[in-house]
Amino acid sequence: MTALTDAVAVAKRNIIGMIRRPQLLGFVTIQPVLFVLMFRYVFGGSIRIPGVSYTNYLMAGIFVTTVLFGAQNTAIGMAEDLHHGLLERFRSLVMARSAVLAGRVLADAVRNLFVIVLMLGVGYLVGFRLHTSLAALVAATGMLLLFGFAMSWVTALLGLAAKSAEAAAAAALPLTVLLTFPSSAFLLTGSLPGPLRAYADHQPLTATVNTVRPLLLGGPTASYAAAAVIWCLGIVAVFAPLSVLRYRRTALGRARHRP
Amino acid sequence: MADPAIGVHGLVKRFGPVVALDGIDLAVQAGTVLGLLGPNGAGKTTAVRILTTILPPDAGQASVLGLDVVRNAQDVRAAIGLAGQYAAVDENLTGRENLRLIGQLTHQPRRAIAPRAEELLDRFGMATAAGRPVRTYSGGMRRRLDLAAALVHRPPVLFLDEPTTGLDPNGRSDLWTLIGELVADGTTVLLTTQYLEEADRLADRIVVVDRGRIIAEGTAIQLKASLGSTVVEIRVADPADARRAAARLQPFASTDVLDGRRTLAVKVPDQGPAVQEVIRLLDADAIVTESLAIREPTLDDVFLELTGHRASPGPGVNHGSTS
Repeated sequence: MTALTDAVAVAKRNIIGMIRRPQLLGFVTIQPVLFVLMFRYVFGGSIRIPGVSYTNYLMAGIFVTTVLFGAQNTAIGMAEDLHHGLLERFRSLVMARSAVLAGRVLADAVRNLFVIVLMLGVGYLVGFRLHTSLAALVAATGMLLLFGFAMSWVTALLGLAAKSAEAAAAAALPLTVLLTFPSSAFLLTGSLPGPLRAYADHQPLTATVNTVRPLLLGGPTASYAAAAVIWCLGIVAVFAPLSVLRYRRTALGRARHRP
Repeated sequence: MADPAIGVHGLVKRFGPVVALDGIDLAVQAGTVLGLLGPNGAGKTTAVRILTTILPPDAGQASVLGLDVVRNAQDVRAAIGLAGQYAAVDENLTGRENLRLIGQLTHQPRRAIAPRAEELLDRFGMATAAGRPVRTYSGGMRRRLDLAAALVHRPPVLFLDEPTTGLDPNGRSDLWTLIGELVADGTTVLLTTQYLEEADRLADRIVVVDRGRIIAEGTAIQLKASLGSTVVEIRVADPADARRAAARLQPFASTDVLDGRRTLAVKVPDQGPAVQEVIRLLDADAIVTESLAIREPTLDDVFLELTGHRASPGPGVNHGSTS
């Protein structure tokens, strides 16, 4: 019980910190809006997807990459807490040990929900229309939150391992790019050369996009949904314990540098 | 004698090949202040980390209010407050939000959290700044907030890790007053510091640590008596004169030839007759001084006397910088 209330208190604090830093909030909101505009109006004219308008095709990719970009904040936030000594104070309090990481992941889920709603609005403005049902939209949101949850654990680990907040952001960037561009987010993977296509077809972001897209536009989801859920749960199974382990070790190792 | 509020026996902590604590024993009686005095790297912060349950010791035993810091870590956490040189408060929260967050995380009754935050903000003279994000605060204000955050749950035992390092003289004096009030309220305090003046001002007993070991302990008066309470610094034009003066004064007082070989630090027991005697002896040998200054002993003097090496590299006490 106290573990939950402690996590909520930490999450609230993380959300306030996000709102009070316009550069971070801008990063998670302006960037996806720019992506929508760029792909819709710059690339959209030259990309043909059979049987669907590019705007409608694009939005599933936008939702998933938005969640992925947001996860970079987790890396930055964890690194900041660590290097500003806040984690050390937390360790001397009676609060639940799990609350720091749980609060971070919880705040991420709130942020993700916020940007999903925001992007839905932006999408409608540029011509995106939901072709399925409210239930399908809720299912799509659930899939996006699960993907965000998995990514948060990966970037939490990056943040704890990084020497500074800047280093954490730099470490998260290649991950983001490698998942975003060789994928089905904005293109048909069929247009990619052989090995790249094989990678693009079998990576978690593609699986997530291919689950979310039919939930928005109609069509079969089952095979992709299974792959996406397995990917996300697998990532959590690997990275959550690694993050927890790193979190426990990091504070101890730091004594070496600050005698 | 009653059980000490803080008890430490044979505490050892290593970081790889570095021995941070090499068998430390401490006993702090309830309601008193112990000053842990030493230079950077002496092991002060490591000791505080172990006592505040942040780090496990490699050997030895430590307890707070009779509770073992390893076996009863959670009970220890409920009884202690920690404020440190790193001013661990959230930059993006306001002062008020920071104190309320700590109130929640220390599991205070829901209704008591807001009033307790206001009480501390008032008491620490931060009521007007309470609604501003901490990143707009001065260094001194951050330190005061950090101390207030350590007090939210009214801990009977307080750990202050270099509470004034890096502060200007005003900020330091403010913080000293606040700490003095806490002590008057009966809080048991373990304080680490690099400043002899700070330990002298706040602590009932002082333990001097160097390279993970205790090298001296006692009251400020006892330490000063054993080290000489006054330092006469004499500067001469010619290094040969400095050597001559040292030889002349040696039987009377402990002397060190400082950097540049033209300055002598002479430790004497008082600021009156002893200083006069130093001058008389120099006069008798016709040693002409360029300058002559009388000052309180610094941590450097303490270390030079106790260990034969300086507390910090370079001339003089290295005030401020820690890394």
